[in-house]
Amino acid sequence: MPENDPKQPHDEGSGVSRREFLKISSISVAAVPIMGTHVVEAAGEPVKVYGPGKVPVELTINGKKHALQLEPRVTLLDALRDHLEITGAKRVCDRGECGACTVLMDGKAVYACAVLAIETQGRPITTVESLMQGELLHPVQQAFVDNDASQCGFCTPGFVVAAKAFLDKHPQPTAEDIRRGLSGNFCRCGTYHGIQQAIAQMAQKGV
Amino acid sequence: MRAFEYATPQTKEQAVGLLGTKWGPIAVLAGGTDLLALMKDDVEQPKRLVNIKDIKELHGVTSSAQGLRIGALTTLGDLADNANVLQDYPALAEALNDAASPQIRNLATLGGNLCQRPRCWYFRNGFGLLPKDKVGKDLVAEGDNRFHAILGNSGPAKFVSPSTIVPTLIAYGAKVRLAGPKGNRELPLEKFYVIPKTDTEREHDLRPNEIITEVFIPAAGGMRAAHYEIRQKAAFDWPLAVAAVALNLSGSKVLSARVVLGYVAPVPWPSPEAEQALAGKVISEDVAKAAADAALQKAQPFTHNSYKVQLARVAVKRAILKAAGGAA
Repeated sequence: MPENDPKQPHDEGSGVSRREFLKISSISVAAVPIMGTHVVEAAGEPVKVYGPGKVPVELTINGKKHALQLEPRVTLLDALRDHLEITGAKRVCDRGECGACTVLMDGKAVYACAVLAIETQGRPITTVESLMQGELLHPVQQAFVDNDASQCGFCTPGFVVAAKAFLDKHPQPTAEDIRRGLSGNFCRCGTYHGIQQAIAQMAQKGV
Repeated sequence: MRAFEYATPQTKEQAVGLLGTKWGPIAVLAGGTDLLALMKDDVEQPKRLVNIKDIKELHGVTSSAQGLRIGALTTLGDLADNANVLQDYPALAEALNDAASPQIRNLATLGGNLCQRPRCWYFRNGFGLLPKDKVGKDLVAEGDNRFHAILGNSGPAKFVSPSTIVPTLIAYGAKVRLAGPKGNRELPLEKFYVIPKTDTEREHDLRPNEIITEVFIPAAGGMRAAHYEIRQKAAFDWPLAVAAVALNLSGSKVLSARVVLGYVAPVPWPSPEAEQALAGKVISEDVAKAAADAALQKAQPFTHNSYKVQLARVAVKRAILKAAGGAA
């Protein structure tokens, strides 16, 4: 059945989104043995070893603490998206190359796919979700809108977070600074010109 | 990514105690930017990760009259912003800022940069560090070798050493300090790298149960150094050739020089030939060109990478001129 068959009723009313459906359907096969924590001796001292099954992990996201049960192999990106429903950071390359998953850790831009969730405990994480104040866009977001700095928009959350971190560190950048400073994010639609304009406008305004 | 167990030792002794005597089953996690990608691609399949980031003495940068001590866990970003690096080792600051992207530099550590695995596409796709097919055909020599080595490549290792920062560190005379079950050891950074001859060997001298604790760079004095990279992209790209040069000058005359190439051989490639060609000379375009020719004289390119010989020559020449203060 074609997905957009006009004769079929729209499934919007079912109350189950595609993400939730995928999640529910994967529960039956996700029977992972839980190994928890054990202690080994190293240099004559006891050292805790976590996993490989699920262990308690506490993450601080946008100022809020979240207690989770995660395997040590879960990346920060997958913890955000699949366990906390914080989906602003996008999963694209999952290899630390494209920038779509950019978040702030200790106030610095990092790729959420290149960090394990378990190792970010005690380190505050800021995602794109925290930038809006109510219905008001963050100035960086507004500058992206004003300068037509996105097309399909999938890279935009990562670019916005990277741009914020860049402007925090380089309030008066040159055009070359902007190009190099945002080199860790890719836009396959090619909206780089608009993004450069948005950042240059922000710098000019001094916000 | 396959499941693994995870530990965060608080001391380097505990860390070493959690490691094993073989490469593979246990891996050290520092910045993780290279390791996690290798694990996702199933090139590395460790059963245990030892996160060393809680070990306080591996952090921090301290400056003294003798030089700069850089804790192995210092991120590339923090090191690039360090006031001592900017003032005394500007070529290092430049090399650091040229590396990868801001997001990577905020995670990646100097120790990890020294140990990152080669970017050879056969290695990254699971064919091993010395890649051969089932009948023993050398995949690099007979395959797509456009980014492979042009020097030191007569054995089975044909990848290029991946760090863009190490050539500059070697030019500055850096030493690397390691901790293992028998205590600490120190070696000049160029001695840390070895060309593997068998599949069980690695491209460095680190043992499976050792960790890098720090890098030490002697005081630069009046040394003038430069870093020069040739890349396809202006940023966030692996270079095609790297050259690092450090000059000890008396007036305008070269007393001694260090010339180290990157991305040309399975190890960072110091060139005594180029260093000799510079000794006693006043730097000019012709002198720099002669030294660059000497550095590449023994180059043996494969079928698709002879273009790299000229790129490396140009990188060496421009690094020499840049170090001497002329146009690069």
